Amino acid sequence: MTTLREPDLGTPAAPGPECVALEVDGIAVEVPAGTSVMRAAAMAGVAVPKLCATDSLEAFGSCRLCLVEIDGRAGTPASCTTPVAAGMRVSTQTERVARLRRGVMELYISDHPLDCLTCPTNGDCELQDMAGTVGLRDVRYGYAGANHLDSPKDLSNPYFDFDPAKCIVCSRCVRACEEIQGTFALTIEGRGFASKVAPGPTDFLGSECVSCGACVQACPTSTLVERSVVRLGTPRRSVETTCAYCGVGCSFRAELAGDQVVRMVPAKSGGANEGHSCVKGRFAWGYATHRDRVMTPRVREAVGDPWREVSWEEAISHVATRMADIQARHGTQAIGAISSSRCTNEEVWVVQKMVRAAFGNNNVDTCARVCHSPTGFGLKSTFGTSAGTQDFKSVESADVILVIGANPTDAHPVFASRMKRRLRAGARLVVVDPRRIDLVRTPHVQADHHLQLRPGTNVAVLNAMAHVILTEGLADREFVSSRCEPEAFATWREFISSPAHSPEATEELTGVPSAELRAAARLYAAGPNSAIYYGLGVTEHSQGSTAVMCMANLAMLTGNLGRQGVGVNPLRGQNNVQGSCDMGSFPHELSGYRHISDASVRASFEADWGHPIEDRPGMRIPNMFDAALAGSFKGLFVQGEDIAQSDPNTAHVLSALGSLELLVVQDLFENETAKLAHVLLPGTSFLEKDGTFTNAERRINRVRPVMAPRVGKQEWEVVAEIATAMGYEMSYGSASEIMDEIARLTPTFAGVSFERLDRVGSLQWPCNEAAPDGTPVMHVDRFVRGLGRFVETPFVPTEERSSRRYPLLLTTGRILTQYNVGAQTRRTDNVVWHPADVLEIHPDDASDRGVADGDLVYLASRVGRTTLHAQISERMPRGVVYTTFHHPVSGTNVVTTEASDWATNCPEYKVTAVQVQLVPPAPLTPGRSALDELRAGDPVPVPVPVAGR
Amino acid sequence: MTEPTVIPEVRMANQIAANFRHHPDAQAADEIAAHLRSFWTPWMLERLGAVVAAGGEGLDPLVVAAVDLLRSPAA
Repeated sequence: MTTLREPDLGTPAAPGPECVALEVDGIAVEVPAGTSVMRAAAMAGVAVPKLCATDSLEAFGSCRLCLVEIDGRAGTPASCTTPVAAGMRVSTQTERVARLRRGVMELYISDHPLDCLTCPTNGDCELQDMAGTVGLRDVRYGYAGANHLDSPKDLSNPYFDFDPAKCIVCSRCVRACEEIQGTFALTIEGRGFASKVAPGPTDFLGSECVSCGACVQACPTSTLVERSVVRLGTPRRSVETTCAYCGVGCSFRAELAGDQVVRMVPAKSGGANEGHSCVKGRFAWGYATHRDRVMTPRVREAVGDPWREVSWEEAISHVATRMADIQARHGTQAIGAISSSRCTNEEVWVVQKMVRAAFGNNNVDTCARVCHSPTGFGLKSTFGTSAGTQDFKSVESADVILVIGANPTDAHPVFASRMKRRLRAGARLVVVDPRRIDLVRTPHVQADHHLQLRPGTNVAVLNAMAHVILTEGLADREFVSSRCEPEAFATWREFISSPAHSPEATEELTGVPSAELRAAARLYAAGPNSAIYYGLGVTEHSQGSTAVMCMANLAMLTGNLGRQGVGVNPLRGQNNVQGSCDMGSFPHELSGYRHISDASVRASFEADWGHPIEDRPGMRIPNMFDAALAGSFKGLFVQGEDIAQSDPNTAHVLSALGSLELLVVQDLFENETAKLAHVLLPGTSFLEKDGTFTNAERRINRVRPVMAPRVGKQEWEVVAEIATAMGYEMSYGSASEIMDEIARLTPTFAGVSFERLDRVGSLQWPCNEAAPDGTPVMHVDRFVRGLGRFVETPFVPTEERSSRRYPLLLTTGRILTQYNVGAQTRRTDNVVWHPADVLEIHPDDASDRGVADGDLVYLASRVGRTTLHAQISERMPRGVVYTTFHHPVSGTNVVTTEASDWATNCPEYKVTAVQVQLVPPAPLTPGRSALDELRAGDPVPVPVPVAGR
Repeated sequence: MTEPTVIPEVRMANQIAANFRHHPDAQAADEIAAHLRSFWTPWMLERLGAVVAAGGEGLDPLVVAAVDLLRSPAA
């Protein structure tokens, strides 16, 4: 529950559209059919007392506090479970119901501690409120009878306390865990007086609880309460803003005392999350004030030198002078920048503008290069633009959900909860993943088909699905003929009809039984509403772009586009991946995905910026590394990304960064990249930023500062000042002015402004004259490119293959409690759940190597090695191992290679041939990370495939 | 250990070629050239061009044909 409560109408909204008229306490009100009497009363402005009811949960009818009288009906029905009827006359305040309510409250309070004055939620407690509302003045039963007041607290969770002595067993927490989160970690244990809330036969930390906070949010008492509230007291004001973790982009209310954040509460008004949250957004925000924050600009001549703290003026002048000097000596193309998907649209915008107008080249790239750049290529080639087709709500209308290369319960947990809700309601599920991810079998959800393919064979599997659908006559011929290019379809039809694409022909290659694949394809084709959700398990392959086009082909073939419940939906990794791509961060295109070679587009920017723009593409991140090693690229500005930890083949990255004359890092912390930097500029956390994020459903949300920038400047100000110091005047009065410029130059953002966002909450692009209220679902009547284009998608095996020396395939990913390189989450109590990256390995592969669960193992590929603790896991297939990349100590990317997507250079993180051995022959020095070892001189010969010039 | 002398552009270009190989050679070369023109920076094209000029060792013939197209006046 929250101090600064949002309105709570008691029960969820009824779908309508039919309406029913009734009277509540003499007030006429018209509500959708199916609405509860309690909600109707609330809509009429009458608050019926309640404890077990809240509008985020289905009515339960247990507390008996919401009793009402209805003309012509006997008794005193619970208003939460009684639906409205036409002409109904409801009385919520009668002597009879008042007496009953007082009796109910008397029983509750007879078994409740009377410590309100010292209770953490004093003044923020529905039980306390209701005691006052019903006029409870005494408890006739006394307090000496049997009670629960000595029940021990459960303090095992680092973020919230569970005090069962204060529990009224209303089941709101249990229902929240079931209905909202879908984890079913909580239960009511025992019967009658012995009934109590329990996280199974263990404590909260040891239970299935995922710490999403839904139970805490739902609790009407102080039973479940944030530890920050216990420590700091109740908040006094709130600011609505947007989470800075994954691409779901949840809206939160930062609740504060002064300028100190007390808690983050998910906003019911948030279009992406509608009041739900995960452990990261809800609780893991303490990094923003962590002692490791870099607070002052630092400069040094050489990497080995100690840092020298300097003023902003000196730091900015130093960067500008050195960058200009490099260009004077090595040419215009010798410098560039990398923008960050953890930064706002406005911050990203100024970086690409600095590169194009102040640096005078197109050497700007963004971290989406290493995650979703194939989405941009694939969806633009087929549909005409780089965007997920649906809003998140669309999944509620899906009949068949195909999840491929994504692990939403870990990486996009709030959307996963929404998806699981739909699955529990009957939608069918196909999972395509080498691992048995949680979605395959989770409480009340079981995948109809799990296509457990070999890593690197996505394209073959997707082609086989299309082959089945086409050759079995399951295609939507009307959609194809009316919405797609006929010539391209004819060519593709001939291509995909080849027996070489049949499930039987590809079974040995993919490892997917042909009958299972045929059944999955038929299910997807049958729909009627079939939706594809995918993640980095699709894109981070040598054929990532091809796989994206395969999915687009499938959706067009079956007519699953242009309405609710369908589509092709990328689940973006970081909070502003979509936005950073939208903002023209790629070296080949300007904002809105318009190619740099388009003279008319360039002309609009040149007119606005007063500076010519190069007409040829600039360098992508891996190209910058290659050019640095070749000696032609000398200066790099890195905004908020830790490329030394996140990018593949760490030795190669470190060599490239080490060869730069000037590496400038702007970040919250001295990360692994900053350890090689010459200038370290303090960044701002999301609690200090002023701007917008765009989530995976193209939803533009405001990021509002809840406190002033702790380092004295917004990040966009620093970038603008560097550009100005380099001779290109860049100046904005506010972040709002930057958005105005974005809207002016980007047709899909034409209708976006801070004023509008503050008024309507959020907008999904395209938002312009043609779609003034935004676009929840794309390609409704026509594709962005006009007609959809089928693209031939031949399967080309990756060159990264297992061998006698490296017989296993490593695939990497994320875990629920950690985020990306862990710079934020490692500085929170989330380390309780994931203190180190571990290597998941099949029992047989472990047994073959004499590895037991927990053993330290040596993980080696052809480019590097590291050590990790093994975790034996039945969810891994034989021959495949898995780990995460959240901790620099293990430095997972030490072993990943330079292999990348053919079209975009997105790294092939998902396939690396490795060997695992018990006890490394040369273990890492205690206290030193894998990256430290590399910096000191890699003991493993590492090929750097660049010829000198 | 002797470091390989094959520049990354060769590996990348060959990979692009592999993904267009299903088309007739002339069409594939056109598509490879269009892809390179759209996404490769001039510095990379120069390096690839230098490999072609030096005999094209290690390069897929489709890439060589595409580079020739990029050099032609129409490109």
